Amino acid sequence: MTSPDATRLDTRNTAGEAQASPSLLQLALRRLWRDRLSMVAIGVLLFLTLLCFGAPIINILTGTNSRNIVSDSFLPPLSPGHILGTDDIGRDHLARLLEAGQVSLSIGFLAALMALAIGVSIGLLAGFIGGHLDDAVIWFITTLNSIPLLFIILLIAAFLRPNATTLILALGLFGWTGTARLVRGEAIALREREFIISARASGAGNLRLMFAHVLPNQLSIILINLAIDIGIIILVEATLSFLGFGVQPPQPTWGNMLTESRSFMYYGPHLVFWPGFLIFVTVLCLYVLGDGLRDAFDPTTID
Amino acid sequence: MCRLQRGAHKHMTKFVIRRMLQAIPTLFGISILVYAIMLATPGGPVAALTFSPDVTPQERAALAAQLGINDPWYVQYLRWLLGDDWMRFDSDGDGIADTAYLIPLDADGDGQPEPPGKRRGILRGDFGSSFYHGRRHVIEVIFERLGATFELGAASLVVGLTIGIPVGVLAAVNRGGPFDNFTRIVSVIFNAFPVFWLGLILLLIFGGTGLGLLPMGNRCGLVLVGGCPPFYQRLEYLVLPTFVIAAGFLAVYSRFMRASVLDVGTQDYIRTARAKGLSGRMVWFRHGLRNALIPIATLLGPSVTGVLSGAVVTENIFSWPGVGRLAVSSLQQRDYPTVMAIVMLASITTILGYLLSDMLYALIDPRIRLR
Repeated sequence: MTSPDATRLDTRNTAGEAQASPSLLQLALRRLWRDRLSMVAIGVLLFLTLLCFGAPIINILTGTNSRNIVSDSFLPPLSPGHILGTDDIGRDHLARLLEAGQVSLSIGFLAALMALAIGVSIGLLAGFIGGHLDDAVIWFITTLNSIPLLFIILLIAAFLRPNATTLILALGLFGWTGTARLVRGEAIALREREFIISARASGAGNLRLMFAHVLPNQLSIILINLAIDIGIIILVEATLSFLGFGVQPPQPTWGNMLTESRSFMYYGPHLVFWPGFLIFVTVLCLYVLGDGLRDAFDPTTID
Repeated sequence: MCRLQRGAHKHMTKFVIRRMLQAIPTLFGISILVYAIMLATPGGPVAALTFSPDVTPQERAALAAQLGINDPWYVQYLRWLLGDDWMRFDSDGDGIADTAYLIPLDADGDGQPEPPGKRRGILRGDFGSSFYHGRRHVIEVIFERLGATFELGAASLVVGLTIGIPVGVLAAVNRGGPFDNFTRIVSVIFNAFPVFWLGLILLLIFGGTGLGLLPMGNRCGLVLVGGCPPFYQRLEYLVLPTFVIAAGFLAVYSRFMRASVLDVGTQDYIRTARAKGLSGRMVWFRHGLRNALIPIATLLGPSVTGVLSGAVVTENIFSWPGVGRLAVSSLQQRDYPTVMAIVMLASITTILGYLLSDMLYALIDPRIRLR
């Protein structure tokens, strides 16, 4: 297995020569490019993201928006001007779905990034430095993991009556333990490897060792985790909103749209179908992508 | 199969005691965390009490003094943890408090000592009285609903195991075949399915105005006297909520079992069994399957978390009168004592689940050494 460190030295030495051996990352990206399922997942995710954040343009084209009340009751799907119909008080369903998507996707992505930053830093520090710091971190992680995540977030959400920002903070602050545990384990394994010892011998300090040498070697773990964590966080956020403790109406999210349409689900099943379907597709694509990344970075995969 | 070697019992006892001791700092951390979240809440419990119809103004004032809202945070935490019957008490038996540690004898400043402390603290099993439910003890309120949640959790575990394990074995035996690929896709789909959406869709299809085959929710039909009849007389009520929770287990168990069977297939003892001429079926069932089942024990811990989180959502969709539904209604009513008790009990259950998981694993796998 070639570590990025080794290959980087390699390319530096052979700069200018015609053939530099591809780095682990390049190899992985090449494999990912050939993995049809992962590319479909990426395509769907990009399409959904563009659609949601392009909502203002779509609204101009369709001449409606998520707050306009265009009829005094349900409009069924495929009504003129409203492809997905309207909800019970006559707001365009598609426009609301797209606006909700902006919130759900942003919360998922930002909270996962925050959890990643915290998890990676704590995991690296604990694993690389070890000793009492490691013991303390492990104790804290065990403690946090013993409370089911949904319960902690529910507790915070119910007592603080959150908006999107506090929800991102809460999910980020309590969702990092999985990443930290993995990064810590890898850091312990890498700590004694030759390239770290030689870097230390040439005068690299702890910080440099951690962030310039150990961290790049964990790229695969980090990317796989990021994809899956975004999925998990979108699910948790939707669950919270569904139970009424997430982002509050009138700001739509996929979760609270399901709650609102729950009482009318027999009159307008399409109102229950679409928000859940979008959550499902998003999370499914993220999990598939996580799996694809795992295979792509697996050094035992044969091309 | 799991004949314990001599002395193994001693090791097991030691192991259990050590793990129990290790759980103490964890529980301590959980209690601090849960308490800190509650203290950080704007308004706090007394503000929440103003909304409760079950609490009279006198009670509210008394409770504010009793809760010691003006005490430092660590005194409040200690009161919740250890109670206050030792903080302010009556030493000469005249019914009037005369001795106080940590807290003032006269908290509201009216010249009269407050009544002696009655709280015994969560360490002694006193989670306080609910703000609702007729101000009864929280533990009582929770225990009434424990049976319903246990029933749902046990049913979904049983369904998950009895379907998930055979599916996993079949997938492993047909590795790479159509059945394997099919179950792989289904398990990814089940994993990504939002639980609440699955519940709503199933209700839409099977309940009420749909096919009308299954009830819309609840644990049983209307009963005027006593509780619900035994579960085998009302299976139709169990079907949908059980399946909603079990879907996640099915996905996890079948994948896990498949990996485990494939892993066992590469072991030396399987090759030995083949080499001595046993038939393929004998090899799989006598040697393979038994050993492949062992790692399933490690799933028990995570499954407890799955049941608890699943119950919160599922019980709400199907109006199942369990602890999960109580948790959500208590959160909505800001019934602090109930919420904190549920979170603490859920954490203790999780810890016990993981402990049991490790013990089972060690018991049935003689290769595991307890340290």
